[in-house]
Amino acid sequence: MSKITPSDKLTIADKSFDSRLLIGSSLYPNHQIMMDSIAASGSEVVTVAIRRINVQGGGESVIDMLADKYHILPNTAGCYTARDAVLTAQLAREAIGTNWIKLEVIGDEETLFPDVEHLLSAAEELVKDGFIVLPYCNDDPITCRKLADIGCAAVMPLGAPIGSGMGLRNPYNLEIICDQASVPVIVDAGIGTASDAAIAMELGCDGILLNSAIARARDPIKMADAMGRGVEAGRLAFQAGRIPKKLYADASSPTKGVIGA
Amino acid sequence: MSLELRINGEDRTVDAGTIMELLRSEGVDDTARFVAVAVNGAVAPRADWTTRSLGNGDDVEIVNPVSGG
Repeated sequence: MSKITPSDKLTIADKSFDSRLLIGSSLYPNHQIMMDSIAASGSEVVTVAIRRINVQGGGESVIDMLADKYHILPNTAGCYTARDAVLTAQLAREAIGTNWIKLEVIGDEETLFPDVEHLLSAAEELVKDGFIVLPYCNDDPITCRKLADIGCAAVMPLGAPIGSGMGLRNPYNLEIICDQASVPVIVDAGIGTASDAAIAMELGCDGILLNSAIARARDPIKMADAMGRGVEAGRLAFQAGRIPKKLYADASSPTKGVIGA
Repeated sequence: MSLELRINGEDRTVDAGTIMELLRSEGVDDTARFVAVAVNGAVAPRADWTTRSLGNGDDVEIVNPVSGG
């Protein structure tokens, strides 16, 4: 059972969450597995995208299934300019009635790395327009500091490219970002399995946002459960404080009183 | 009233004078909770849909939330 104390909540802007795992709503085999996976993960925050309407779409929409149960975090995925990202955020606010936005401004379709110049300018405009901005950004401490200075409510450096499952490609930078950050640090993108999430949390990250690693797992519901536990385990280990790494052994059993000595 | 509009990136001629009329002619359920509209790069709030007139050449985006990461 979890020993995380109730006071150890993830607080972003004016909202506090018991779970430090934020989850996407894309790529699941079907809607039921999505709902069961989100429930198994323990996440309270679920991301959605904003797209041109498809009037042929039948059945219950994802947003209808999620909106009354979870804190919905719309994203600006697919935007390549500050202008498109700002309008997408404003449309999301109008459609969903939330001023929270996961700000993505993509710079390149092969890597899906952020375009820092457009990201900073979109973030500035959206903060001024009253948004709670959570920017997907590079694992660069300077960019993260600038985003926090602009007034972003969190920073969300990537662990590795979106959907790559490569884990943390630059844990040392993430550690510096966590150490210096004045706002919560959420690793967004690149997580492949539960240990990746745990390692990010052990480094001092405040939360994890992921999608593919759960949705594309062979058993998404089981992986969702594993991710929830990985995040909790990593958080507990961070709070507990790991022992220093040493090159040589340090015996754990008493060295005195060994027979035959 | 026949208008030349750009609707979700497609140039079209439609019979609609207001946003509400456009949504209905496009088969969009205008009571749906999560629909949003922008005209020429600015959000057109739901409260204005019945009164907001469209003009030739307007660029209209009609969006809703979908699965996303």
